[in-house]
Amino acid sequence: MTPMSWFVIASTVVALVAMAIGIIAPANAMGKAICTALESLARQPEAEKSLSRTLFIGLAMIESLAIYCLVIVLIVLFRNPLLEYLLK
Amino acid sequence: MLDGSHILFYLGTVGIGTTVATTWGIMAVLVLAAWLVTRRLSLDPGPMQVAAEGIVQTIHAAVAEVLPRRSDAVFPFIATLWIFIGVANLSSLIPAVHSPTGNLSATAALALLVFFSVHWFGIRSEGLRRYLKHYLSPSPILLPFHIIGEFTRTLALTVRLFGNMMSLEMAALLVLIVAGLFAPIPLLMLHIVEALVQAYIFGMLALIYIAGAIQSLDSRHSLKEEEI
Repeated sequence: MTPMSWFVIASTVVALVAMAIGIIAPANAMGKAICTALESLARQPEAEKSLSRTLFIGLAMIESLAIYCLVIVLIVLFRNPLLEYLLK
Repeated sequence: MLDGSHILFYLGTVGIGTTVATTWGIMAVLVLAAWLVTRRLSLDPGPMQVAAEGIVQTIHAAVAEVLPRRSDAVFPFIATLWIFIGVANLSSLIPAVHSPTGNLSATAALALLVFFSVHWFGIRSEGLRRYLKHYLSPSPILLPFHIIGEFTRTLALTVRLFGNMMSLEMAALLVLIVAGLFAPIPLLMLHIVEALVQAYIFGMLALIYIAGAIQSLDSRHSLKEEEI
């Protein structure tokens, strides 16, 4: 096989594996955050406003981890800076 | 794919891309709408005025809840961010229009605005010396972490908005290629929710950063007052 096809196979596999692993942890963390927020909401319904605001911001923080992963994967797939060594 | 802006026309030697053109279009629409709504204000409001007053009051209440003392100074900036990003995120629902927030340069510009306004509001409300002193609290050892935090949170703001909006557009495009003409409609509904949530989060995080710069000394005073 040519180096080019190795490169294609490697970057595809790495992209899929990276997305899979990179989403497991944020999903876990989001589940935990929502779970705790619901529990405290059931205990103290009058704190809903500040709770939901904090929850939203926390979820955004966690979600951005998965988004970083996506951006890195897209860079590997579409704008890989190492590709020029092969094409030289 | 990552910078989906191509050049439409040249202004002198500067190429004007689709992102800038769309941003100008949104700005024109917003200014026109604001002018039309506020042209005939009356005590017996029509439906447009009621809607506009509702939007302004909701935003003002949200700002005042986080920042009770100086909400009037920060309110115009946050309201502008919310309204502009909300409209910009939703603009990609129009066919042939790409949302400007799906471009990394545009979101970087917005995040830079937030970065500078944090220092601006912080110095304005506390004075330079007291503002710089909060970098040394609670201990000078934490100075590098404060400085790293300033930059990483700006980067995080940039990449969060860009990644969300670009991936939504790309997901709809991929479903369109795989499944056919009307298949992406559920995804577009998700797009509406996600666009509004991302605008809310961007503005809210900006507000919290500014509040952190303003109130680092405020909160200490109010705590002491409560103790007394």
